[in-house]
Formats: sequence, structure tokens, C-alpha cells
Amino acid sequence: MTDFLAMGGYAAYVWPAYAIAALVLLGLLAATWKGLRDSEATLKALESARPVRRRVRQQAESTRAETKPDNAAGSPAGASEG
Amino acid sequence: MHRFANPARFLRLSAMLLPWSAGATVILLIVGLYLSLFGSPPDYQQGDTVRIMYIHVPAAWMSLFVYTNMAAAAAAGLVWKHPLADLFAKAAAPIGAGFTFVCLVTGSLWGAPMWGTWWVWDARLTSVLILFFLYLGYMALVNAFDDPQRGTRAGNVLLLVGIVNVPIIKFSVDWWNTLHQPASVVKMGGPSIDPSMLVPLLVMAAGFTTYFVSVVLLRVRTEIAQRKIQTLRLGAAADGAAHGAPGVTS
Repeated sequence: MTDFLAMGGYAAYVWPAYAIAALVLLGLLAATWKGLRDSEATLKALESARPVRRRVRQQAESTRAETKPDNAAGSPAGASEG
Repeated sequence: MHRFANPARFLRLSAMLLPWSAGATVILLIVGLYLSLFGSPPDYQQGDTVRIMYIHVPAAWMSLFVYTNMAAAAAAGLVWKHPLADLFAKAAAPIGAGFTFVCLVTGSLWGAPMWGTWWVWDARLTSVLILFFLYLGYMALVNAFDDPQRGTRAGNVLLLVGIVNVPIIKFSVDWWNTLHQPASVVKMGGPSIDPSMLVPLLVMAAGFTTYFVSVVLLRVRTEIAQRKIQTLRLGAAADGAAHGAPGVTS
């Protein structure tokens, strides 16, 4: 075992090489995982706040469509909803 | 919302692919590390320092592989305005930079005992250092604009210009005098390296590749979520103002 750890006298070069590779790959994975969890949580919070606003806007659209029928088809807001 | 149609399909595909690529990464890296550290002989000239090769060479291959993929994505993003292509390049950049960093540091750790120096300003080492700075420059550039579209466009141009560095790195050991040894795996006439060392090298390279696939899938998912967040925030900010405002970002 000590023979193996000694790496033929090159332990000071071989083990840091493996350690740095492990550190970089695991660190990137951890940072990626945290970033994904954080943004999915933010997105969820925003989306749960969203339907209320959309419903309000759709109501506004439909009342406007009733008063001005020829404007309803070309409404840009209607296009962005799809 | 049509620009989320493709990302939606991507999210389904990535959810299917991810368990396989993650599982393959774990298995390949365990087998690869065993072969690199126990299952392969020391080199007759370099002794046990040859084991650094099983990290150094796959990391170097990945640094070029990731950059080439990013440049291809940049071309697709510029020509076809494919939204996923931009996101892919942005997601892959830190991973490529990480592999390049590992390549440089392990190369230095290998060079110190074998060449008697940590660093030389020869063509191979310098061009890989430039590759590292290209990654960092790209990452800084895409995040330097308030409008992410402008940032990715500028970054894509940088990636395409920087692609000239890739063949320079590959052939630098043939074109210029260097301490660095020439290619012994990817070359005319087949590999000149013994199977007992070639097999662990290829297993580690396969493990690094599946690692890249797994992490880049997660990072693209993050980027898609970020774009949606931005769209929702702009939509909320524009609420009550002009109705067309959310579409301005597309």
C-alpha cells in the first residue's frame, strides 16, 4: 500500500494531478446542480404568480374585444399568449 | 411562445438521456481510475508519472472537443438563429474551461519531473493557454450585455474566430520544435501506444465525454429556466404598459 501511495517516488506529482481533476469535475457538477435547483425554484415562484395576471389580462382583452370587435383579431397581446 | 417549442422537446429528451449518461460516467470513471492507478504498468522511461497521462490527455482532448462543439453551435446560432444552439455554447463553456485548466495543471505536474520545468513558452503549451483564455473571454463576453441576445451573438463571433486555434493546437507538435511529445494515439498509421496503456486512456476519455454530456444537459436546462425567468420578469414589468413588450426580447 505504501508502495502504491509512493508512486515510485513521484507521489508529489501524480496525486495532485488526480486531486485537481477530481476537484474541478466535482466542483463544476456541484455548482451546476445548485444553479439548476435555484433557477427552477425561481421559475416556479414566478409561474405560480403568473396565472392570476394572465387571467386579468385576458379579461381586459375580452372586454375590449366586445367594445371594439374589429381590433380583436390583430391584437398583439393575443399573439404573444400562444 | 414558439421559441419554447424546441426547448420543450429538448427537456423531454434530456430527461430520458440523463440517467444513462450519468450512470455511464460513474461506471466508466470507476473502471478508468482502477485501470489508470492499478491495472496499468509504469512506463519504462517515465515510471509512475505516466499515470498523469490518463488525466492529462483525456482533459486535453475534451478541451478541444468541447470548443469545437461550441463553435459548431455558434455557427448554427448565427446562421439559423437556433435558440438552443446559443444556450448550448453558453452552458458548455465553463466545462470546457474546466477541462483546459485540468489539462494545463496536470501537464505542468507532469513536466516538472520529466522535463525539469513546470512551463515552457513553446507552441503547444502557449496555444492551449490561449484556448483557456478563449473560454474565459467567451464567458465574460456573453455575460457583459444586459440583452442576452447581444451577448450570445458577440460570443458566437468570438468562438468562430477562435476556432483557428484548434488545428494550431493539434499540429503544433509537428510544426514547431517542442519539449512536448508528438501524438501517439490520434495519428496516421494508428496508435503507437501499448494496449495496456491505451485501454485506460480511452476508458477515461469516454468517462470524461459522458461527464460532459451529463453536466451540459443540466446546464442547458438551467439556461432554459433562466430565459423563461427573464421573459416572465420582462412580461411582468411591461404589464399594464404596451402589450407587445414581452415579444421585444425574441
